[in-house]
Amino acid sequence: MREETPETVYTPPIIGPGHNYRTLTEKISGIVLDRKAPIEWFLLFGVGFIGSVTLLFALIYLLARGVGIWGINIPVGWGFDIVNFVWWIGIGHAGTLISAILLLLHQAWRQSINRFAEAMTLFAVTCAGIFPMFHMGRPWFFYWLLPYPNTMGLWPQWRSPLVWDVFAVSTYLTISLVFWYIGLIPDLAAFRDRARNRYARAIYGIMSMGWRGAARHWHNYETLYVLLAGLATPLVLSVHTVVSFDFTVSIIPGWHSTMFPPYFVAGAIYSGFAMVLTLAIPLRKLYHLEDLITMRHIQNMAKLMLATGLIVGYSYIIEAFMAWYSANPLERYVMINRAAGPYHWLYWALILCNLVIPQALWSRRVRNNVVAIFFIALVVNVGMWLERFIIIVVSLSRDFLPSSWGMYYPTIWDWATFGGTIGLFIMLFFIFIRVLPMISIFEMKQIIDKPEVSIE
Amino acid sequence: MFPKSDSELNRREFLSVMAASMAMAGLAGCAAAPPEKIVPYVRAPEDLLPGKPMFFATSMPTSGYGMGLIVESHEGRPIKIEGNPDHPASLGSTDPFAQASLLGLYDPDRAQIVAQSGRISTWDAFITALEDSLSGFESNRGDGLRILTETVVSPTLGGMLQQFLAKYPAARWHQYEPVNHDNSRGGAQLAFGKYVDTQYRFEDADLILSLDSDFLSWQPGHLAYARKFARRRKIAPGEKTMNRLYVVESSFTITGAMADHRFPVRSSEIAGLAKALADQSLSGEPSWLGQVVQDLAEHRGRSIVIAGETQPPEVHALAHLINDRLGNLDKTVFYTDPIETNPVDQTRSLGELVQEMAAGRVDTLAILGGNPVYSAPADFEFGQNLSRVPLRIHQSLYFDETAEQCHWHIPETHYLESWGDVRAWDGTTSIIQPLIVPLYQTRTLYEVVSAMLGNPSQSNYEIVRTNWQKRHPGQDFESFWAEAVRRGTVPDSQEKPLSIKPRTQIPPLGETVQSGEGLEILFRPDPTIFDGRWANNAWLQELPKPITKLTWDSAALMSAATAERLGAHDSDVIEINSQNRSLKAAVFVVPGHADRSITLTLGYGRYRSGRVGDGHGYNAYTLRTSSAPWIAPNAEVRKTGERYELVTTQQHHELNQRHIVRHATEDEYARSPAFAQEEEREPKPEESLYPPHENIDYAWGMAIDLSACIGCNACVVACQAENNVPVVGKGQVANGREMHWLRIDTYFQQGPSSLDVYFEPMLCQHCENAPCELVCPVEATSHSAEGLNEMTYNRCVGTRYCSNNCPYKVRRFNFFPYTEWNVPQFKLLYNPNVTVRSRGVMEKCTYCVQRINRARIEAKKEDRKIRDGEIVTACQAACPAEAIVFGNLKDSASLVSKRKAEPRNYGVLAELNTRPRTTYLAKLTNPNPDLVEKK
Repeated sequence: MREETPETVYTPPIIGPGHNYRTLTEKISGIVLDRKAPIEWFLLFGVGFIGSVTLLFALIYLLARGVGIWGINIPVGWGFDIVNFVWWIGIGHAGTLISAILLLLHQAWRQSINRFAEAMTLFAVTCAGIFPMFHMGRPWFFYWLLPYPNTMGLWPQWRSPLVWDVFAVSTYLTISLVFWYIGLIPDLAAFRDRARNRYARAIYGIMSMGWRGAARHWHNYETLYVLLAGLATPLVLSVHTVVSFDFTVSIIPGWHSTMFPPYFVAGAIYSGFAMVLTLAIPLRKLYHLEDLITMRHIQNMAKLMLATGLIVGYSYIIEAFMAWYSANPLERYVMINRAAGPYHWLYWALILCNLVIPQALWSRRVRNNVVAIFFIALVVNVGMWLERFIIIVVSLSRDFLPSSWGMYYPTIWDWATFGGTIGLFIMLFFIFIRVLPMISIFEMKQIIDKPEVSIE
Repeated sequence: MFPKSDSELNRREFLSVMAASMAMAGLAGCAAAPPEKIVPYVRAPEDLLPGKPMFFATSMPTSGYGMGLIVESHEGRPIKIEGNPDHPASLGSTDPFAQASLLGLYDPDRAQIVAQSGRISTWDAFITALEDSLSGFESNRGDGLRILTETVVSPTLGGMLQQFLAKYPAARWHQYEPVNHDNSRGGAQLAFGKYVDTQYRFEDADLILSLDSDFLSWQPGHLAYARKFARRRKIAPGEKTMNRLYVVESSFTITGAMADHRFPVRSSEIAGLAKALADQSLSGEPSWLGQVVQDLAEHRGRSIVIAGETQPPEVHALAHLINDRLGNLDKTVFYTDPIETNPVDQTRSLGELVQEMAAGRVDTLAILGGNPVYSAPADFEFGQNLSRVPLRIHQSLYFDETAEQCHWHIPETHYLESWGDVRAWDGTTSIIQPLIVPLYQTRTLYEVVSAMLGNPSQSNYEIVRTNWQKRHPGQDFESFWAEAVRRGTVPDSQEKPLSIKPRTQIPPLGETVQSGEGLEILFRPDPTIFDGRWANNAWLQELPKPITKLTWDSAALMSAATAERLGAHDSDVIEINSQNRSLKAAVFVVPGHADRSITLTLGYGRYRSGRVGDGHGYNAYTLRTSSAPWIAPNAEVRKTGERYELVTTQQHHELNQRHIVRHATEDEYARSPAFAQEEEREPKPEESLYPPHENIDYAWGMAIDLSACIGCNACVVACQAENNVPVVGKGQVANGREMHWLRIDTYFQQGPSSLDVYFEPMLCQHCENAPCELVCPVEATSHSAEGLNEMTYNRCVGTRYCSNNCPYKVRRFNFFPYTEWNVPQFKLLYNPNVTVRSRGVMEKCTYCVQRINRARIEAKKEDRKIRDGEIVTACQAACPAEAIVFGNLKDSASLVSKRKAEPRNYGVLAELNTRPRTTYLAKLTNPNPDLVEKK
């Protein structure tokens, strides 16, 4: 598994020196089982909690009053709701990519980041799922989008991309959850064995499903894990492809485009890595994990972000080129409207965030500077959100008939719901790192060259 | 009532107290509304079948003119108003006001009970007070007794008022309406030496010159004129029968929008132009005037010169003179005696009353109809002077600004609840018959005047019927009466043309006509709430005003150049000082408005109109004086720095080189008849992934003629009334959430000679390849076997994807529960054949599917197919211009198929392969080639 590296380039290791099986287990499980949570944990959990309560309140108010509390209107029927949905779904992609695709590609460096990246995926998809559900005028009938036998004799309308979405997203959530949980089982057993609290022992015991570390267990585990990785791999591509169908299948200029599927997938991975970096950089600092999540990881992810960012940037350029080349006045107007219309400042902010600033990652000095990378990751998160806003809102606000053009302005409830899901995400994530191993212990052990002692 | 001590009540006492309370409550109920029957009909009224509507003819009196109507009634409640095809002022169509008057009937804010000084009283108490007061006038023959009415064109009411004057010879009867006909009356006086009414035959006019006349929207007879005008706008290729319209006006009107040449000229300068036109002295006048003069000369006897009510009497006199010189008299223009019982110069009439009130010579004033405290000229200070009258009686539909200052307020019965009679602009008399028992304790004007004559107990029906019995004393009265009521018109009642000629000398222009150099202020009735009488009508408040698309507000309308001079933008508040009065109003820029001219519309700034109408816009009456009722010269205007948010339903009026509205001149059309179809390539039916929908018997479709559409908005309100479309309020309109299923898109384009305006009614296009159907996840919007794009409200989950994917953006979403479920009156209002929608569902035009099904049931009963013309959609029925045609495309002989076979037919955005079932006939204009080439 050693990589060939040119001698002139210093490549940081994927695990710090001096680690053995025992130190790994103690370090990672100790965060949950032995040590008290740092004050920062409480602060960040508190932020997430407040956000979650805000979300709860915003959703209850939404149910009581109707979607009119948001800024949406005719022509802009989708606003923050679908923008946030696509943004969150995109964020989830990095987790699956790291855990499934990099596993199949035998990228050993994934081992220390896959666990929390997968958790991030789950939580991001959870946040994403809130939006399509509650964006409906009558959310209590959400199940009409599912094919279930009913006295009305009706099925969903299969030609609608929204129905495809339901399947794509729910499949994605299911596979991600199963994959994540299967990967957790050996570590849950380790927690069961190390936990001193009776209740914790019982809970971890139930969750570990009788894992004893037997060779047969490992054999079954490895088989299942690779199979699931194989299942999850196409999902990385398919989910955002289907999400992009929501737009490409329509006839709205700015939506109706054949390049959306690859463009959306690249964008999703781009934003996913940005989010993994946004989480990993403070986490390794907070829990002193610099020797497990090393500069190697940070740099690899930065490079991936740069690569996917280039695909995204290429898409922006092609979009503009095709608008001109198509000679279709409506397509041309889409670009003119983005660049010079009432939302032009958002478009230029997007270009700055997604196309210009990330180019700094070409510099090795920047790639060695975690603060700079953290900043760029944040910028990309913002940029990717803006991209969805521009695709969805700006295209809708000016479509075919100038008579029906109109502006969309988010209301306090749009912001509360958006901020609320960020809060929910933070809260779920901090619960996760408090009760589960945020780094896969047993997979880390696989990359230690010389095991000192056997697993306890 | 209740026992004094709280000691235990025995059962008997308790029951007796309860019974008494119940009886009282029951009585109160009886008084407020007719008792609701909770048993089925023991003896069913004749012809009444539950679920089957009945239709009754009646007539709407408004602004002194009657409009014949047919009202649809379901189980005794009127739910939809249509025009009466047999009535000359309607010809089957309606205007927005007639449509919206239905909401007025059910308005919960209407005055419901007699009030004395604002407190609830009774009719009997009023009669006692009235008799008390009148007995004092027996000795002095009515000196100090005054009646103020609106324009009276009811023969019965007019007769009663004259009877009253005969009984009290020293009493006076004054008439006043803020939007009156003083100027045209004055013009007739100048030209003929007496009051005459002018009527026009637009069907025979090849050329029309309008001098500030908005004859398509508020000229008496405007619906009939619109129909006849529009018929001359629809031509086959090569036909030379199209009329040509020149409009000289300041403020943009729908008539101006229909013009082939519209010349924006300050209203105060139009008199000078008219004078030059009459004198044929064209030096110093704009060059186009010469072309117009020449064109008029070439159309002798086939032209019309029409002066607007806002122009001073001299201009009207000049128009009469020019028409005479052009040989138009008795051909396209003719005169009749006035249709009013007692035509007067209303401003002068009110001025005399005010003088007497100020001098303390008025003891009792009965204001029967109208709201003069709000709408009288500002210099009259009507409100202040009114307070000097010892006994003030007011009758009106609402407890309004005037009612507040009167001792007695008698709630007026809505015309849909009352008997009466009214004359149309051509004299045709109609019997008004009630559609429903009065909802509240209201009285008609007839009953109040009857009470003043000493017969307080005579019923409304008796009064009207007795009067007609007197006028038609023959044996056949019963059949005459039944027929007049049934048909809605009294036969042969129109005025006969007079053969008179105007005096030949040209009257000198008076001082009021001279134009100043400063800013002129124009007062115009509001296009949707008129003089303020419709202020509490939510349908009309939310109706986008033609041209500006403003809703819920009035604004100071001006050209971009004028706004720039003032340094003001839309929604900036300016202060206007005119004749020592000032007013603050928000600026709204209108393309094509004359420069140095500001239009203020009347009717807003109400504070006592009801919950809907209060607090919107500014009150232009506070600037309007008796000497300058329409044009106030030399106003001082400054920007205040304040903002007042104005709300429109359309923010973009440019076409952006999109072939949405297609148009050509008459000549271009003759050269290339299929010009409209050549602008975009329409894909073939097989160019789709999905198989085409098959229609077996019927394929419904609609064709809208853009040449005919005058943009009057009647269809918009008709659709709202028919389909239970809710009103959302200003805040929601600001956020683009208006619910109109049908809207009129208005586009401006700089043409070769003037700014062209295009109206395009936009409603669900019922696409054969509907983009909305494809994307709905739950199949809530689907295609019917007859080609309708149907919306299943109950299935809709509200993803709004269909609306996003609709290229026409005609879908409407219930972001909130907009429908008022809990107002009892509105429960009566709703059309029972149309589902009332709740929160979270999408809705849109259905092609009036309930009307299709009504026709289908009739056809099935008779075992035949639905005939062409049997289904008339609400918009089509209301349209005065016959621009909308609906029918079966499977039948090649149907009118809609014929319209669609015309070369002008095209589908908006059909290049997207939506295959719209609603198509448009391209707009034609007939510009004067000499004027076009000049530019």
